[in-house]
Amino acid sequence: MMKVATKAVSTLGAVALLAGCGAETGGGGITPQAMSDALHSVMEADRTVYTRLIINRLQNEEKVIKASEHWKDEKGLVLPAQMFRYGAEMVAEKGANFSYSLLSLWPVNKQNEPRTEAEKTGLKFIADNPGKNYYTEEDLAGTKYFTAVYPDVAVAQACISCHNGHKDSPRTDFKMGEVMGGVVIRIPL
Amino acid sequence: MTIGGNEKWVIWSYWFAIIGGLAAYLGYALRSGDAAVYLIGEMSHAHHQIELACSSCHTEPFGGGAILQSACMNCHAEDLKASDDSHPKSKFTDPRNADRVAKLDARHCVTCHTEHRPEITHAMGVTLPNDFCIECHADIAEDRASHAGLDFASCATGGCHNFHDNLALYEDFLIKHQGEPDLHPVALTPTTADTALRRALIEHPVAPLDFHAADMPITIQVDQHTASDWEQTAHAQAGVNCGDCHSVDLNDGAGAIWRAKPDQRSCQQCHSDEVEGFLGGMHGMRIAAGLSPLQPRDAQLPMHADKADATLSCTSCHSAHRFERQHAASEACLSCHNDEHSRNYNNSPHAELWRREQSGQLPAGSGVSCATCHLPRTLHVLNGIEVTLAEHNQNANLRPNEKMLRSVCMDCHGLAFSIDALADQALVKNNFTGKPAQHVPSIDWAVRRHAMEGATGSSNPKEESR
Repeated sequence: MMKVATKAVSTLGAVALLAGCGAETGGGGITPQAMSDALHSVMEADRTVYTRLIINRLQNEEKVIKASEHWKDEKGLVLPAQMFRYGAEMVAEKGANFSYSLLSLWPVNKQNEPRTEAEKTGLKFIADNPGKNYYTEEDLAGTKYFTAVYPDVAVAQACISCHNGHKDSPRTDFKMGEVMGGVVIRIPL
Repeated sequence: MTIGGNEKWVIWSYWFAIIGGLAAYLGYALRSGDAAVYLIGEMSHAHHQIELACSSCHTEPFGGGAILQSACMNCHAEDLKASDDSHPKSKFTDPRNADRVAKLDARHCVTCHTEHRPEITHAMGVTLPNDFCIECHADIAEDRASHAGLDFASCATGGCHNFHDNLALYEDFLIKHQGEPDLHPVALTPTTADTALRRALIEHPVAPLDFHAADMPITIQVDQHTASDWEQTAHAQAGVNCGDCHSVDLNDGAGAIWRAKPDQRSCQQCHSDEVEGFLGGMHGMRIAAGLSPLQPRDAQLPMHADKADATLSCTSCHSAHRFERQHAASEACLSCHNDEHSRNYNNSPHAELWRREQSGQLPAGSGVSCATCHLPRTLHVLNGIEVTLAEHNQNANLRPNEKMLRSVCMDCHGLAFSIDALADQALVKNNFTGKPAQHVPSIDWAVRRHAMEGATGSSNPKEESR
C-alpha cells in the first residue's frame, strides 16, 4: 500500500477513490480545495443521513424518541449539530491536520457565530449565493490556512421545526432547503 | 589590575570543583531517591502526597508542555470525560479560537493549574486570578441581562458555574429541578452495593466455609477472635479461604507465599472497582505512584495525633477479617480526620439519622454517614446491567463541591436547597447543622429567562449551550 504523509491525506485518498470524486491529482498531488471538497462530501452525506433517517424519522415522524441537547440525562438522541461537533472534536483529539466546524449567522449557541473575517464573509456569501461554496486563505496566529465554507441547508422538517421554535434561535422563519449555516473546513498550508 | 595565568587557573579550578560537587550531590540525591532537593516549591493539596514521585508528572527528564499535559491526562482524563467537560481541549485547538488561546491557553492544564506555586494557588488548585472567565465571556450580559454588572470573579465561586463540571448546573437542569422541596418526602440513599460480584454469587452460589476448612499453613496460629470474625462474615460465607487473600502470587518473584498482612493487591482480585477508586483518591494515590502508603502525619488536613503513624490500606477502614461496612462508613473516618467539618459530624442532623438507622428506628438508607456523601454508592451500567458501586475515590465528588449535587445531595434534597447549602462555607464547616444563610439565585434567573423567552419545551431542546 502506498505510504502517505498524514492520516488526513490517507483518509482523503480512500474517500476520493471510493466516491470517485475526481480529485485534482496532477503535478503537486491533491490540492487543498480538492481535499476539502472531498472531506465535505463525506461530512454532508453523513450529516444528511443522520438527520433524515435517525432524527427526522424517529422524532418527527414516528415519534418514538426525542432528540435532546442533554441526550444522556433525557435518554434521547444526540442532536445533529452535536453529532457533527463530537466528530470534529474526535478528529481534533487525534491530531489530524485539518479542522472543521458548523457555524451560522443565526446560531442557537452564540459560540457558533462567525468570529474570523473569512467566516463572516464566507457565511454571508453562501447565504446570498445558494448552491455556491466560498474558498479563501486566512492567517490565524501566524499559520496560513486554506479555508472553505460550504452551505448547510435544511434537509428535513426536524431542522426547521427545532430552530424556528427554539428560545435561543435568532431567526425563526427557516424554510426547507434554505441555507441555515455553513460548514467551515480549514487546512494549514 | 589584571589577573595572571596562574590566578585564572586557580579560579577555574574552584569553579569546576563547585560545579562538580554540586553535580555529584544532585546525582547522588537522584540515585538515592532523595527527590526533595529537587522540589522547586510546595505542591497543591491535590498533589502534595506524591511530590516526591517526580516522574508521576515529569515522565521524561526533558520536555515541556506536551509531556506534562499527557501526565495530567494520565490521571484526570477519565474524570473530565465523565463530567462532560465544558471546556475540552478540542474546543481550543480549533484555529478559529487562536485569538482566545493567545489570551488564555486552555489547551494545557498547567495554564490554570501551575504546580509548585503555593503563593498563587487558591481553591481548586487554580493559579490564575478568579476572574479568568472574562477572557472569553466579557459580553455575557448581552445574552443574560441578569448577569449585567456581576463580578467575573464570582462566576465559579458563587455556586453557579464551574470551568469543567456543570452536570448539575446547566440551565435546563436548573429549570427542570425548580421548585423542589428542601427535603424530599421520601429521602433515601442507595443502600446495598449491588455489585457484579454480588450478582455472580447469587447466580453461582458457593458453599460457606467454617473453621475446619480454613487453609492457613500449620505454622500459623489463629486466635479465636480472628477465626470467628472470618467465619461469621461475608468472606467465609462466599467461600473465600485464608489463602485466597494471604497466599496470592503478586508476580514479584516470591510466588504464592504466605503474607501476614496482605495489601490491596489481594483485595483487588475480587474488588477491582473499589481498589481502583481507592488508588485514584487521596487515600491510595501514594501507593498508585509507587510510594509508601499514606500516613496521617503527612496529610495537609488536621488529623488526630494518635493516628499520625497509621498507614492507609483497605483494612485501615475495613478492619481485617470482619470487613464491617458500618464501621468503615463513619467511625473509621473520624478516628483520623480532625478538621472542623469532621468534628461537627456527630452533632449534625445527618449523624442523628445515621444513628437511628443503625439502631433500627429508621429504614435502611435513611441515615447519612461520612461515606454516604464522600464514598457514595452510585449507579453504573456495566455491559447493559445496572450495578451500584461504592465510589472509593473520596476525591471523585469532593471538589468543587457542586460535584456532590447529583451524586449525593439530590438523593434527599431539592436542587435549590442543595446549591445554597454547598455554597455556604459556614454551614459546610458545622456539618450542615441548620439552614443555608444565603441564596444562590441561579435557578430563579434561569426560570425567569425561560419564561420571558417563551420556551417551547423539550421537544425543541436548546442546542448546545454547554
